[in-house]
Amino acid sequence: MEIIKINATEDTPAVTLDSVNNIYEISGRSLPEDVVVFYQPVMQWLKEFEKTPINDFELSIKLEYFNTASSKLILDILLKLEEVFLNGTRLKVKWYYLASDSDMKEAGEEYSEIVGLPFEITMY
Amino acid sequence: MEKSSIKSNSAQKPLSKIFNFHKIMDEKDIMLVYCGEFSQELNKTLLSFTERKFKAENVEDNTRRKVFNIMVEILQNISKNKIESTENITEVDAVFMIGNNNDDYILISSNMIGNGKIPLLKSRIDEVNSLDKDGLKQLYQKARLNNSLTESAGAGIGMIDIARKSENKLEYSFEELNSEYSIFSLLVRISK
Repeated sequence: MEIIKINATEDTPAVTLDSVNNIYEISGRSLPEDVVVFYQPVMQWLKEFEKTPINDFELSIKLEYFNTASSKLILDILLKLEEVFLNGTRLKVKWYYLASDSDMKEAGEEYSEIVGLPFEITMY
Repeated sequence: MEKSSIKSNSAQKPLSKIFNFHKIMDEKDIMLVYCGEFSQELNKTLLSFTERKFKAENVEDNTRRKVFNIMVEILQNISKNKIESTENITEVDAVFMIGNNNDDYILISSNMIGNGKIPLLKSRIDEVNSLDKDGLKQLYQKARLNNSLTESAGAGIGMIDIARKSENKLEYSFEELNSEYSIFSLLVRISK
């Protein structure tokens, strides 16, 4: 599968979707004005992933800030992963939050409540 | 130059009327005031300025993050919903400011809005103001599942998020400029 490696900017997160090194991570700040454009390659990658899923796939989400538009896109990503999971692929989402960031912890808990897939919430 | 004098008069009038702008300026510690063109590039500048200032003043992490998050939603709401000058109206510059008093940080925005959008926006704000913490959480979850991103940002999930993070009632006003446009002002408190 295509390797996606996007560097972080002031208002967009770092994204790594690398099936060669088995690293899947979204981290940093997700505040773009046009989230659909930014996340388009990720959604495209997930469509491919759905066709040729990888067992024991683990996506790490380690965000410092995200805007509400990103919050919707993150949900779309999780819902897509849920579909793949329900079709029988072993996968997991790891949601990271800073000890001092109770809102980010809560955000993870709220995603885990509505998405039916293994979801681990971890302090870092 | 005539245009700019119209701009500043009409932009300050609603603020002074509704939020007692001059009184706030005199009595409160104003950390930031910006009036003019809003864009994502400018938003980033205002955000990084505010973040540095809050860090320098050792503002508690959770409070700093709440202010930052709410600020993102307010600024993007302004920059996404810009109204260009037409024959019928001279564009009024949008305003964003951050005040600081003993108990709260106060975020104020003021921008032009088409009158047609007022009823929905007003009912959305009244709805979030009527809900408690749990009610807001449920509304947020519902809006996130149903929300289409093409929907006007300010009238949807953004306002719910602002209300949740602020943990205070949102104060707002609409002041009519003419039959097509009004000034929408919003005041958000973040308790210290």
